[in-house]
Amino acid sequence: MSVLTNNLDLFLRAFGQTLQLFAVSAVLSLVLGTFLAALRVSPVPVFRGVGTAYVTVLRNTPLTLVFVFFVFAYPLLEILKIDEYTAAVVALSLYTAAFVCEVVRSGINTVPVGQAEASRALGLTFTQMLGNVVLPQALRSVVPPMTSTMIALLKNTTVASGFAVFQAGNIREQLSDQGDNVLVGLVWVAIGFVILVMPLTYVQQVFEKRWSVAR
Amino acid sequence: MTAASAPPMIRVAGVDKFFGPLHVLKNVQLEVPKGQVVVVLGPSGSGKSTLCRTINRLEPIDSGVIEVDGQPLPAEGKELARLRADVGMVFQSFNLFAHKTIVENVMLAPVKVRKTPAADARKTAMELLERVGIANQADKFPAQLSGGQQQRAAIARALAMKPKVMLFDEPTSALDPEMVQEVLDVMTGLAKDGMTMLVVTHEMGFARKAADRVIFMSDGEVVEDSTPEEFFSAPKSNRAKDFLGKILTH
Repeated sequence: MSVLTNNLDLFLRAFGQTLQLFAVSAVLSLVLGTFLAALRVSPVPVFRGVGTAYVTVLRNTPLTLVFVFFVFAYPLLEILKIDEYTAAVVALSLYTAAFVCEVVRSGINTVPVGQAEASRALGLTFTQMLGNVVLPQALRSVVPPMTSTMIALLKNTTVASGFAVFQAGNIREQLSDQGDNVLVGLVWVAIGFVILVMPLTYVQQVFEKRWSVAR
Repeated sequence: MTAASAPPMIRVAGVDKFFGPLHVLKNVQLEVPKGQVVVVLGPSGSGKSTLCRTINRLEPIDSGVIEVDGQPLPAEGKELARLRADVGMVFQSFNLFAHKTIVENVMLAPVKVRKTPAADARKTAMELLERVGIANQADKFPAQLSGGQQQRAAIARALAMKPKVMLFDEPTSALDPEMVQEVLDVMTGLAKDGMTMLVVTHEMGFARKAADRVIFMSDGEVVEDSTPEEFFSAPKSNRAKDFLGKILTH
């Protein structure tokens, strides 16, 4: 217990950073991932190709490599200077968006094709159909896998510790420098993550319950 | 174009359509003048549903011309969406939006496509639901309604766009027998009000009573095009005689 209480400030600061990284990347990846899913089901072949290529590249690349690219390789291109924190957010968001895209797309595939046909027959455009008819129904069935993707993102934020972005993944080395018991410290880090995941699971239950009624 | 000859509401000329190696529409010719009710009959697999779906391009065609109100069907995009807004369609499986209430179903397209203010759209929607006899179901979800009520809601949803023409793709085929009549009554009312209608159906009673013209299709071809009296009392082709023999003997 003393490992935690003596370093409470360190734990709180580190998990605060983790939460911040997660929240920003979650919002960005949800928006980008949904947009990518729209591309992948669009009637325009070029759009579908772009969406498929994106998912193939980002989903098949280890997250660490995505980080390496944005922290070390991207600055060499000298396009727009970004600090390590921004690089971490970009890497996490782009990587997770590929998974979000596939989750949303599988949800879209659960909506009967007649729903899209009825929308088209009424004169709705592709975006109107997606936004008003298909996505609202698709999102109901994606709550459990989307929660899993978000939990994975939360834990993936620790990869940033290898790239000079301070968060919960750095607690171990700090404790080690101070000569504290590292193993006990790691147990507390694990407990910290469990505590952070619990609200996500709660949100999942709330949405599942709310959206199951109108079915 | 001369002022004397108004274009037909629907013109289908030389249309061919294939599903892989299957030739489902063979050089189909059909004109539906404004205000006419045309019933398309034919055995299963004769291409009548496909024909209905090509008219608002839910099924693209491989060759030929389809015009609605003198305008050829554009390629997929905004222009096609505009044209579809003027062509009402009613499906065999209703296809009401499952996550919206009945009145929201009817309001959606007027609000999103026609940019009608929500309050006006709701008022019109309630009037239409009144007309099809389900105003008291307005705030329920589609799954809470019977099949007949759902199909009447679907008709109201199509009418909310004030279409120039209505397409019915086997509107009563998925209904329990006791619910067929309530849907046919709504359709007969529409026909009396002068709506241009193309109706694919197996309801011979409706064809006799409400149709101005009967089209008989078989194997992807239009085999007969005549009045209901003529078609039912004196069909010309053997295929039509065979078809009528099968359905009218029981």
